[in-house]
Amino acid sequence: MSEAMLDTPLDPALDPTLDPMNNATNPVEPFLRMDRMPHIWCPGCGIGTTVNCFARALESSKLDLNKVAIVSGIGCTGRVAGYANLDSFHTTHGRAIPFATGLKLSNPELQVVVYSGDGDLFAIGGNHFIHAARRNMDIKVICVNNLTYAMTGGQTGPATPTEVISATSPYGVFEPSFNLVQLAEAAGASYVARWTTYHVKQLARSMEEVLHKKGFCFIEVLSPCPTLYQRRNKMGDGLDAMKFYKEVSKVRNGASTGECALTKSGEIVVGKFVDRDRPDYMELLNRQMTATLGERYATPEVTCSEG
Amino acid sequence: MHADPKGVLTGVHFLDGDHACCEGTLAAGARFAAGYPITPSTEVVERFAWRIPTVGGIFIQMEDELAASIAIQGAVWGGAKAFTVTSGPGFSLMMEHIGYAAITETPCVFVNVQRGGPSTGLPTLPAQADMMQAKWGSHGDYSIIALCPNSPQECFDLTVTGFNLAEEFRVPVMMMLDECVGHMTEKVIIPESDQIAITPRRFTHESPEEFRLFKPKEDLVPDMVKAGDGYRFHVTGLTHDERGYPSMNVETQDRLVRRMQDKLKPFSNGRALFEAVDLDDAEVVVVSYGITSRVAQRATQMARAQGVRAGIFRIISAWPFPEQHIRDLAGRVKAFVVPELNLGQMVHEVERHTAGRAKVISVPHAGGSVHKPEVILKAILEAAR
Ligand SMILES: Cc1ncc(C[n+]2csc(CCOP(=O)(O)OP(=O)(O)O)c2C)c(N)n1
Ligand code: SF4
Ligand SMILES: [Mg+2]
Repeated sequence: MSEAMLDTPLDPALDPTLDPMNNATNPVEPFLRMDRMPHIWCPGCGIGTTVNCFARALESSKLDLNKVAIVSGIGCTGRVAGYANLDSFHTTHGRAIPFATGLKLSNPELQVVVYSGDGDLFAIGGNHFIHAARRNMDIKVICVNNLTYAMTGGQTGPATPTEVISATSPYGVFEPSFNLVQLAEAAGASYVARWTTYHVKQLARSMEEVLHKKGFCFIEVLSPCPTLYQRRNKMGDGLDAMKFYKEVSKVRNGASTGECALTKSGEIVVGKFVDRDRPDYMELLNRQMTATLGERYATPEVTCSEG
Repeated sequence: MHADPKGVLTGVHFLDGDHACCEGTLAAGARFAAGYPITPSTEVVERFAWRIPTVGGIFIQMEDELAASIAIQGAVWGGAKAFTVTSGPGFSLMMEHIGYAAITETPCVFVNVQRGGPSTGLPTLPAQADMMQAKWGSHGDYSIIALCPNSPQECFDLTVTGFNLAEEFRVPVMMMLDECVGHMTEKVIIPESDQIAITPRRFTHESPEEFRLFKPKEDLVPDMVKAGDGYRFHVTGLTHDERGYPSMNVETQDRLVRRMQDKLKPFSNGRALFEAVDLDDAEVVVVSYGITSRVAQRATQMARAQGVRAGIFRIISAWPFPEQHIRDLAGRVKAFVVPELNLGQMVHEVERHTAGRAKVISVPHAGGSVHKPEVILKAILEAAR
């Protein structure tokens, strides 16, 4: 994919092949569990668009899909694992990252992707996020940020911008929110990017990139929840969200994450912000043990054999 | 299948219960542990962290007990035998993931070295007050296995057994130590690896096309796979059908929840683990477990010296409760005396299965120390009257 193409994002609302529910000729079908369709997501929801991008990223990554595992927490986004035609785990609320940590360490040849929501990853699971980033655990975290707790009815979450009306903030949110990309960078992530569901090509490309990158990688995807967030805040439907993203997004690769905070209706800085090489957890472990134990160190062989 | 010699520290050792438990995990084939420090359990993972780099495996200290208790399950689905270790407050945090292990039928081991509670309670002192929590602590109906060693030797032996049972029945297994057993140092004999029987994981021999992740075999337990082998399976904590797909269907729920309970039935009866001491002629039976059983031993000896025919039924597998054995004994003894380092937990099970056919006398203790043998003796003498 060329850089030039990245600047002309496709609109899934205008391109039916980008809709995972389209029809039997859909090229992303092999990546989905078609026997589980129809999915549970509402019309105009952005989660399906991100899944479409993920399917395309898997395809173009040329990875052996038997060696890719996906782990989700709980929420509308948490249902992604169940639709992906991979080894997939729908875990508990907030705990996808520590589950993925165990999975990756026990079976290092797996490429482990965590796919979950903003509430799941940054409220109840926030502690796990920063620690996995600190350790530079070799997992890829994709956060579908719809700025709310959608599954439970649209309550305020740690990423909800101030002034937004939510089910638990009927008079408007007044708590400051997290800037997820800044948090990820500060905690130690090797790769940090943000896109919206309007930027499908860039998103697919970022996803492909992290599938080939070592260490803790983080992609935030702003994604509309028309049913709860948009409606309550008089922001229209899924198509209006695309128009909004198109209008207010600025692609600024390499931007300082500290300047990428989100507000209710202000600019959305998108792009790849961080791409650095740090030794990952396994590398550090092997290094330390080899340095201290020398020949006595036995490389981890964690999986158990058959009887 | 026998133990992998790499993990087996064959020989005669002088170990405390926590360290012996750690050697048990290694002998059992555990190559992954995740933990979060908490007294009086930390020695188990400290030893694992020290031992595992030369055996070949991973210890990771997680950011909390929620993380530790789910990281081990990720490791199990990656193909490992895995465990975590904790005590009171940490055990409370792990409850959600005990439920997750139960519904996803993830074989794993939770070691709980019990201390006084509630809350932070008595960090360095013993209790046996998490016995009901081990069985009922997570929400919903589910079944687990819980084992109660009463010596460092048993900490080793039963930990191996615990891993084997976890694999056979695909349930989380709780190792319910107490601070005294965890910290007492005694002789521990670790056999040659070929003398240690290991239950292998029930990896399926079916092809990905035929295999169904939650389709039970004859013993009601489904076979397993690990990630990365091409099965493209789905695991969820939602109620699921045999394919592992979520289902909101009442019949699916009924079938799943009942099967998870029924698969452990053999264990409440014929296969329950226990020790019977002087039961042949006993008129009073002391039902006890863990460290309390060792005080009970002294008390029954004192009772015998005073002419009361006292015996001990020592519970080793506390859950599923050895109900058949209590029922059988209830028909032929005068009374059960049940000392515990709690205000009366397992005594309710004894009462339930005695069903009024014998007296049941609770000897509670709030924790912090063990019973005085005289207190148990007094209860025995009263019971014999
Ligand atoms: C321990 C626990 N607490 C609360 C819930 C209820 N719950 C389910 S999903 C969810 C929020 C999900 O929000 P987010 O991660 O942003 O996902 P979204 O639905 O927005 O995609 C909550 C609070 C739960 N399942 N488990
Ligand atoms: S509630 Fe919102 S996030 Fe959930 S499926 Fe509907 S639109 Fe999507
Ligand atoms: Mg959300």
